Amino acid sequence: MSAEASGRPERRADIVVCPGGPMLVRGDVVIETEDGVRHESTRPVSAVCRCEKSARKPWCDGTHKLLPGWR
Amino acid sequence: MLLPQARGALSAALLDLLRRDPDPDRTAPAPVWPVSADSSADEALSLWVLQELHYRGFDDVDDRWEWDPTTIALRGRLERALEGRLRERYAVADVPRSDDLVDDVQTMIEQHDGPSLAKHVQQHASREQTETLLRQRTVYHLKEADPTTWVVPRLGAGPKAALLEVQFDEYGNGDPGRLHHALFERGLVASGLSATYGDYVDEALPEVLEQNTTLSMFGLQRRLRGAALGHLAAFEATSSIPSRQLAQGLRRLGFPEEMTAYYDEHVEADAVHEQVALRDVCLVLAKDEPDQAELVRFGAWACLDLECRTAEAVLGLWAAA
Ligand code: FES
Repeated sequence: MSAEASGRPERRADIVVCPGGPMLVRGDVVIETEDGVRHESTRPVSAVCRCEKSARKPWCDGTHKLLPGWR
Repeated sequence: MLLPQARGALSAALLDLLRRDPDPDRTAPAPVWPVSADSSADEALSLWVLQELHYRGFDDVDDRWEWDPTTIALRGRLERALEGRLRERYAVADVPRSDDLVDDVQTMIEQHDGPSLAKHVQQHASREQTETLLRQRTVYHLKEADPTTWVVPRLGAGPKAALLEVQFDEYGNGDPGRLHHALFERGLVASGLSATYGDYVDEALPEVLEQNTTLSMFGLQRRLRGAALGHLAAFEATSSIPSRQLAQGLRRLGFPEEMTAYYDEHVEADAVHEQVALRDVCLVLAKDEPDQAELVRFGAWACLDLECRTAEAVLGLWAAA
């Protein structure tokens, strides 16, 4: 079965927004936060915090699960 | 690793057999397996030993026993009994079944309330209690990710590639020094504990053995691939926050940096793995093979159920000490 026949797009997404969760980013990235600090990714896929409550910003540390409306 | 100590009549007979040469042509009659009075620990250990033949084996066992009809028959019998016990509990569990599998698994996790060992370690467990827990965890953490790797060749392209994205990270992205079970080994050694695979199996609780034999059963039986992946999703989804609590507790107790580093690594890693495992592995598997969706729920439920039983058993150990 081809990727298209099975309903899968030919190319996967590099950036994925997870409902109620973080944003996945694939590949080596450098993120500059508001304070001007640069953060280099250390793994092939990184989860970037969207809830603003992570203790390890800019990376997701699962804290969003404790917030209402997130999971 | 050497064979562990027997825990009853069945494991004693099995260990005795495994110390001999295999008999592929069956010149001797097949063994009649005894049943011991307290069969749960005895059966759990026997199954664990039989499954280990498929991983890295035992220094005092001939490798040919792995595929000997005698060992395969007993493994099959013990796995059928284990699956039967799990399914009996699953049948009466409150399992959400909507047309949104991701939502079902997340709801199951949110509704689940078992004791949290991580919270105990974070807040008030003693160093001795924490070491007891770490020794129990060696049974899994020293072969972390391996049971799920059995599933890879049994999947279509979508879930296969996504599963490997998770597994590759578990295996250190090609760097043996960053492989998760190698990180745990370093943490154990720095903490004055043994990092030799199998060293603490003799003190492993039956609940811990069963947690491990279930995962190996899901991995080794192609029929149960959906359960292996559902287990993975629930495991990763219940890891980030507890890992952070464990790291905090280990720092509070003055454990070396190598041990906290293992749990620190899991905070960010598992926040990623959870998403990939749920959406790109389990959901895509269920779209490719709709009959696997219920097995994904079963595997996720089993992960939560077995961790709850382990947590209660460890609390019992702590209380008894
Ligand atoms: S999105 Fe996960 S901690 Fe913020």
